[in-house]
Order: sequence, then C-alpha cells, then structure tokens
Amino acid sequence: MTKDKREIARRPDKAPMATAWDYAPAPEARDIVKIQERYGLFIGGEFIEPASGERYTTIDPAREEPLAEVAQAAKADVDRAVRAARDAFANGWSDIKPSERAKYLFRIARLLQERSREFAVLESLNGGKPIRESRDVDVPLAAAHFFYYAGWADKLEYAFPNRKPRPVGVAGQIIPWNFPLLMLAWKIAPALAAGNTVVLKPAETTPLTALLFCDVLRQAELPPGVVNIVTGDGRTGAELVSHPSVDKIAFTGSTEVGKAIQRTLAGTGKRLTLELGGKAANIIFDDAPLDQAVEGIVNGIYFNQGHVCCAGSRLLVQESIYETVIAKLKRRMATLRVGDPLDKNTDVGAINSKQQLEKISALVQSGIEEGAEIYQPPCRLPERGYWFVPTVFTNVAQSYRIAQEEIFGPVLSVLTFRTPDEAIEKANNTPYGLSAGVWTEKGSRILAMAKGLRAGVVWANTYNRFDPASPFGGYKESGFGREGGRHGLEPYVLLEDA
Amino acid sequence: MLPGGFELPLEPRLPRLGSVDAVALEERAATLATRSIKREAKLFALDLAIRMMDLTTLEGADTPGKVAALSSKGIRPDPSDPNTPSVAAICVYPNLVPYALERTRGTSVKVAAVATAFPSGQSPLDVKLAEVREVVEAGAHEVDMVIDRGAFLSGRYAKVYDEIVQVKEICAGRAHLKVILETGELGTYDNVRRASLLAIAGGADFIKTSTGKAATNATLPVALCMLEVIRDVHEETGRVVGMKVAGGIRQSKQAVQFLVQVHETLGLAWLTPDRYRIGASTLLNDVLMQIRKERTGRYQNPDYFTVD
Repeated sequence: MTKDKREIARRPDKAPMATAWDYAPAPEARDIVKIQERYGLFIGGEFIEPASGERYTTIDPAREEPLAEVAQAAKADVDRAVRAARDAFANGWSDIKPSERAKYLFRIARLLQERSREFAVLESLNGGKPIRESRDVDVPLAAAHFFYYAGWADKLEYAFPNRKPRPVGVAGQIIPWNFPLLMLAWKIAPALAAGNTVVLKPAETTPLTALLFCDVLRQAELPPGVVNIVTGDGRTGAELVSHPSVDKIAFTGSTEVGKAIQRTLAGTGKRLTLELGGKAANIIFDDAPLDQAVEGIVNGIYFNQGHVCCAGSRLLVQESIYETVIAKLKRRMATLRVGDPLDKNTDVGAINSKQQLEKISALVQSGIEEGAEIYQPPCRLPERGYWFVPTVFTNVAQSYRIAQEEIFGPVLSVLTFRTPDEAIEKANNTPYGLSAGVWTEKGSRILAMAKGLRAGVVWANTYNRFDPASPFGGYKESGFGREGGRHGLEPYVLLEDA
Repeated sequence: MLPGGFELPLEPRLPRLGSVDAVALEERAATLATRSIKREAKLFALDLAIRMMDLTTLEGADTPGKVAALSSKGIRPDPSDPNTPSVAAICVYPNLVPYALERTRGTSVKVAAVATAFPSGQSPLDVKLAEVREVVEAGAHEVDMVIDRGAFLSGRYAKVYDEIVQVKEICAGRAHLKVILETGELGTYDNVRRASLLAIAGGADFIKTSTGKAATNATLPVALCMLEVIRDVHEETGRVVGMKVAGGIRQSKQAVQFLVQVHETLGLAWLTPDRYRIGASTLLNDVLMQIRKERTGRYQNPDYFTVD
C-alpha cells in the first residue's frame, strides 16, 4: 500500500485521522458468461436466422460497447414463432399431466439458480444495473417465480374452486428493459403453469438474458415450441400483437404503447393484460422511523437507476419533519456510489439507453425551468456510457411536469402534506395508480391509508419489495390485470363451470 | 416519564425519541455488509481495526501474568513488522488495572477497566460507585460501565440515568466513560435507541453494545442503530459521542463490515480511535494474518503469530 493511497494526516496529540477511504474496485468477473457474436431467433426449440437477415447491435450502456448482433424479427418470423407455439400447444403441452408441467418449471428454476452468476453478470452488462441488484434481487426473484408457479401447475383447480380451468392458448408477451430476466419470469412462469405456450419479445435494448434463457430451456428439455423468443424493436411487438393466432397479449411497458395495443386488440376477442407506467407516492408521516424511511426513499427511487414502474418518484413528507427528512436524505445521497455496474460496491449503475438518458435530462430541465430546486450530490461519473446523477427536486408543485409525468430515472420530486387526508388526496391525484408507500409507526394509520390509496400495491414501512406470492398490477393508466400470486394465473386460464 | 436532560434541544421541533423499524434496519445493515473491500482499501481497514482495538481479557482466570502478556501484545502486535500500530487500549477487570498500567506505561496504549458490577450491573449503587472510584484512582484511562438493565426493562429510566450521571461525575476530567447497553438483553431496536439516548444524555463519551458475556453480542443492525443515534445527536446538538462494538467479533471480515457501517453512516470523522473502538480478544491475530496475506499473497501458519 502506498502512502498517498492511505492518506493519513497526523494530528498533534491525536490519533491519526483518515482523509479518505476509497474502496478499491471490486469487479465481478465478466468472463463467466459467454456472449455469442450473433444470435438468431429461438423458434421451435432452435435458433434460426431471421427471414430478412436484418440484425441490430445490442450494447453495454455503461461502456457504449457492442456486445452482440441480434436478429430483428419481421412479420414472417413472428408468424413462424406463433405457429410453433400453436403446434406445441395443440400437440402435447396443453394436455400433458399437470405434474409434468410442474417438473419442467422446477427444472428451469433450479437451472436459473445454478447459473445465477452468469445471468447476473449478463443482466448488468446488457442493462446497466448494478451487479449487487442483479445478483441479489433480479435473478433470485426470477428463480423464485418459477418455483412458485411450478407449485401451482398441478393445483389449478384449487386456485379456482368449483371451476374448471383450461389454458387460453398461445400467449404473446412483450416485456420491458428495466428488469429483463425478472419480467420474463413474471410472464412465462404463470403462462406455462396453466398450460399455455408462449411467444415472448424481449425489449429492444436488453435481449441477452432472454437469449441465454433459451439455453436453460434446452437444458431443462422443455418441449420445442412451448417457449419461443423473438427479438426486435417495436415493429416486432406490433406484429406479435396483431397476429390473428395469438390468444392473449401480456404487455409491460409504457402507457402510450399500452394504449396503442388496446386499440389494436379492440374487437378481436384476444385477452389483454397491461402493466404500464406509474408515479407513485412514498408518504412519510412524522412518527415514521426516519432513518429507515430515508433508506426506503433511496431504495424507492434510486433502485435500478429509477427505471422502475413502481418507483417511489413522488415523495410526500409531512411538513413538520420536512427539514429533517431532506437533510437526512441529502446526506444519504452523498454516500451513493454511482459507476461501473459490474463493481460489487456500486449502488447506482448506468442509464439503460441514450434515448432514456435524453428523456430524463429533458424532464429534469423542465423541473429547473418550472422553478423547482434541484439537488445533486457531488459525484464523479465515468466518461463513457450513459449516466445520470441521483437527483432530488424540492419546492415542487403538484402541477409541475416532474410531479405529473413518469421520469423513469433517478429523479425524485418532493412535496409536503399536513394531514393524512391531504396525503391521500395528493397521492391519488395522478393518472397512474401502480404503487404507493406509507411510513408510520401507527398500524391503524397504515390500514386506513391502504384503504384510501388507489394503487395496486401499497407498501408499509418498506418499498420496492417483491414476492412471487404477492399480486402486482395497477389502477387507472397503470394498466389492468395482476401478475404474481394466485391472481397472476387468472389471465392465463379460461374458467368453465365444473 | 423521562428524566430531565433526556430531551435533546430539538428546537424548533418537539423533542422526539424517534423509532426504529427492525425490518428496514436489518436490511440496510445486510446491504452494507455486502460491500466488497479489497486490496489497499482492505489494508487501510485492517490497520485501522488494530488502532481502534480494545484488546480485552475478562476472565475469572485472569492473572497479572496474563494481563502483562496481553499488554505487551497490544503495544507491539507484530514484532516482525514495525509498521504494525499498537492497539488503542487494554481492557481488563478492576483488580488487574495496575498490572496493565505498569506494562503500558510510556506507550500510547490506554488502560480501560470494566466497572459497576460488570457484567450484570446487579449490585447496590454505592458498591458500583466505589468500584468506579477505585479504578479511576488506580489510574485507568477509560471506564466501561454497564447500565442497570433490570431498571431499564422495568421502566425505571430515571434510575438508569441517575447511575450514569453519578458514574460520570466520578470520571469527569479523569477518565473516559463508555456506557455498555448490553443490547442483547434489551429486546428491541427501539429500546436500543432509547438506551443510547439515555446514556448520551447521562454523559457517556462512548456508547458500547455489549459486555461480551450475553448470548447475543454486537450485531451489525444493533451497531447501525446506535450509530444512527450518534448521528442524530451530533446533527441536533453538535455533540460528539463515540461508539464501541464488543463481543463476538473474531474475524477481520466482521471488523471490516463494522467499519464500512461507520464510514457510510457517520463518515470519515468517526474513523479514528478517538471515536470508534472494537472490543475483542481473539480478533487481533486474525487481522495480523490477513494483513500478512494481503502483503505477501499467501496465508501464513498461525504459529508465526504470538498467542498471548
């Protein structure tokens, strides 16, 4: 160790005090995962070339370096994938013994656990999220979802008493770029458990863990065609949505695209579930455990760079503790470590894409122009890649764009309230209704707030906590349908009277 | 009812004790424990851990010889490496204070004595105060007192507070006072927070987690909870209170985890032996072994580290 690294200043008659303790880089080894140069489309259990031959490059947003060439699926490819799924549905999957379906799901879950480091590294490389999160949250939760729905596969009649559940058919599933593997698990696990087959389109910018997942499906010896994965941009998604042989569409993404999908499907009889945007209120009462509430605020908005549809992006603080909470929050923000997603000590990683970075920057600019007060902790950002400093806006009015629109980045807007009624009123005053958080020591107040808040999920004294057994979904423009839990099976079954 | 002096001047807000959410506290402590501290950052922490160590022996079988040997170890933990710093203090029972003082005279190593009927605190007040008076007069630099948990858990906070105040009066100007909360017996983090505030209000220079004699000793969430109290007090009043973790810390990795907590909760200002101590008896050799491993790239046989 060199003297300058240690930087110890001797103080007279005092013990030496350190002037810095810089954690040495602790990068997770990236060679654990082998990324192919190019990927085809996973259809009928095989990787095949896209009919058009069209490809695009998927990158590492933290380094702006190309990772692989990925196929752009066109109409013919989507059609082929849907037919493969239809074949698999008709020829076996829908009527094999339910305990057999469970067996495949259990296998997939175990394989995900066994290969968890591979998936975690790839998720961080392709998406920009910190390895601490992909390792401790995304991958374990994805495996947990498969385990959970494996358990339901042969117990469906208990999920729907006095009804006879049948699979719907071919499910077209379109997932976002913020939790690529986890959203894949949320979509595929209940669909397969109920006996459906799947054509899934990963997000344009983050296809790699879905493509690695194909390898897990082969290892698990899942019958060909039960799960098909087609990569591409919005055009691929549109083809999947409008394909006549798809029975059900499940979409997670922006409200704008969700509305377009719903318009396309009107009158077709296809089933639809949508999980869209959010602008959640995280409500701090004056009796809350403050240091933990501050952790909840940080976890609520800076988790996954704020690329979270249920992010606690509007902080509602009771006015009597406003200064204390803001002081604590600012101090805590200064300890956030922004940087290399593969470093095990990184708290906030890279913004997923250039496009998203531009959107965040534009909204932050509007916040400044509208008169909100901005705070960003001192922070060294890497030179290459897409980055945004964790940001908090105070003096925000309910009418500002930053209080109304989903930013989907590490940007928090702070508002105050005086009474519980006012908190509920402000929290509900948004077109969205996906989630909310309540921080108070008073149990009765938690229950009253949960009743008053129009949000699909209400967290009490915690935030961004997920469990496969808990249903998740929105009110209003945050969508409809639930994923997770017994409720998550409903979109994937047709119920007949027993 | 809280005794006078318990309230901190929290103008313009009403004084608040605050509360602690157990789930969220433990989650935060667990996250901090995943920090990966390597190479020069690790060496920095290990060096610091030695300088912050209260090298401790608290056994019925302690003898002058044992204490002398331990004191020598504390002064020069690794004779083969002159860069290795001395520990902060030697921590012993009252009767052994003179022997520790004799051996550490002329060095930077302080002598700390446990007192007030350590570890239970279940003795008459005058006996406890007499014990404190004895060790201070014997020349101990630091006094590690225990709070009366029986009084605390039965709601007699004033008794706990008064005892601390009286011990502090004896120590004032002569010895540093560390107040042991014995958090393993307090049951909830809310109680840990209350006891921390009570000890600080009573005049503690340091608050300390445990005696090392209870079933549960220093845990990461408990330490974090106490650091947050220290932070609140500092923010509200400017007063600086130190922290000592003790009991069950045997491995370098644990020591580093505790230091990361301090670093990310109170910042660099608390990363000094003046403000943070680690009470331990067997930790030292593991730290020495890890330092040698970092420097040479390989682990050395334990026989190359003295057992004292």
